[in-house]
Amino acid sequence: MEIYFINLKLFNFVNSSTINFSTFFAMENMHLKLKIWRQGGKFAPKGEFVTYELDNVSEHMSFLEMLDVLNEKLISQREEPVAFEHDCREGICGTCSMVINGHPHGPNAGTTTCQLHMRFFKDGDTVTIEPFRAKSFPVIKDLVVDREAFDRIIQAGGFISASTGQAQDANAIPVSKELASASFDAAACIGCGACVAACPNASAMLFVSAKVSHLALLPQGKVEAKRRALAMVKQMDQEGFGNCSNITACEAECPKGISVENIARLNREYISAAFAFEEKEDKGGGAG
Amino acid sequence: MSWLTNTLSPVGLSWFGGFLTSSIGKKVLMALTGLFLISFLPIHLLGNLYLMKDDGGRDFNLYAEFMTHNKIIKAVSYTLYLSIVLHAIQGLLLWRQNASARGQNYAVKVTRAVGTNARAATRMGWLGTILLIFILLHMYQFWLQMKLGNVPMSSYGGEVIKDLYTPVMVAFADPIFVVIYVVSMIAIAFHLWHGFQSAFQTLGLNHSKYTPFIKFLGKAYSVLIPAGFAVIPIYVYGDTMGWWKIGCGCDGVWDRAECMIECI
Repeated sequence: MEIYFINLKLFNFVNSSTINFSTFFAMENMHLKLKIWRQGGKFAPKGEFVTYELDNVSEHMSFLEMLDVLNEKLISQREEPVAFEHDCREGICGTCSMVINGHPHGPNAGTTTCQLHMRFFKDGDTVTIEPFRAKSFPVIKDLVVDREAFDRIIQAGGFISASTGQAQDANAIPVSKELASASFDAAACIGCGACVAACPNASAMLFVSAKVSHLALLPQGKVEAKRRALAMVKQMDQEGFGNCSNITACEAECPKGISVENIARLNREYISAAFAFEEKEDKGGGAG
Repeated sequence: MSWLTNTLSPVGLSWFGGFLTSSIGKKVLMALTGLFLISFLPIHLLGNLYLMKDDGGRDFNLYAEFMTHNKIIKAVSYTLYLSIVLHAIQGLLLWRQNASARGQNYAVKVTRAVGTNARAATRMGWLGTILLIFILLHMYQFWLQMKLGNVPMSSYGGEVIKDLYTPVMVAFADPIFVVIYVVSMIAIAFHLWHGFQSAFQTLGLNHSKYTPFIKFLGKAYSVLIPAGFAVIPIYVYGDTMGWWKIGCGCDGVWDRAECMIECI
């Protein structure tokens, strides 16, 4: 009974006039022209584009797997493989980067490079792959850029100074659903730097605002909110990022959909901190 | 820009210098001066509408006389000049700084935006430069000539006052000036399309309850106000060319309805 059913389905499928059988399977084996930025090593120290032809690209590959295949081919030809960053390959670590056809993490919204699948490209496409471009993100090699500026911004204040001891019972600190959700939305930032890469001003405001918002919205983070906003913005400026002019390219390209509402919150936090907060130097001593 | 912090230090305001030289402080200055300039536009437009009144420039000249002699308006006008200077200088500095923050440009670059016009938003520097040139020309042509007294005098009810109406009419009869004026109004429309709502975002005013209204207001404002300004030279130029003359010799916007009724 079951065999009959499957056969009928197959029969219908093959005879269906709406599905072209040959193009359906042609997708499996794409040919791509890859225009990739190469810098350092045997390539120009200031960088250059090198074009590679790649056959047998499956639509099921992720973009990084496609680059793995290219690198295997390059290694087998005794050529230098393309340097690119990757780690978790499931869209949560923020390690993968690169600008694909003018879009950080590729043309799809809400997707990291590792989760971008080759089915979104067509046979014969030319794909231009560049590193994230910002003065504060210098290129180390090929598609790898130095994003330590973000680490230094986090070190300046993107944390909660916790004393020793156990985490307290979750129910002991009431947090409303709305605030918890807003904080969580900001906490979804994976710190990949796509906002900087997308911003025509190479501004890091979306990243900083996500970190400031994530902590300032919760009771544990509120205590140091003003000091944090001042310190993180100061570090951001020292790193040489551009200034935000509310173009919102960051939100449009963010793989985690972080909203520019967070930038407005950072502005509020910073303005109120600048006018109503003064850090007192800790002179030590005290009771006991 | 630590010179500002150092200058303000003796009066105990080094923190304020630090704020003004931070990336957010710079933008707050742009937002506040920008909003002040935005608030000035409808007042300027209301005065300009007198230019279309068919009274030989009487009401326009009386309005100009009032604007140049009222003490409160004088104080506000100095704030306005300061705002223009600060907005322009800060804007140019930000433009230069932001352009250099990229380092190397992309070979392929597509700018997407959410809730604003990416083309206008990424060209605020160019649009602002057009506006600065226009404002300088505008102030040289009318404001400076008025201040220097290089305008004819007219007498209304025994009172002799400066006649700004005549040089304005001469300028508006020149097609080159009309084109410059209209192009500048298009530039201001695009500048405001992004700038109006952007100022509120910079000041931290972004909330799902009122931001949609601010964005709507900004779009309406950026179309209607520049359109209002642009209509006047087009009307005056058309008037000198006799474009608006229709049957019965009816002329002028104000008396046309009346004239047409009589004609019928």
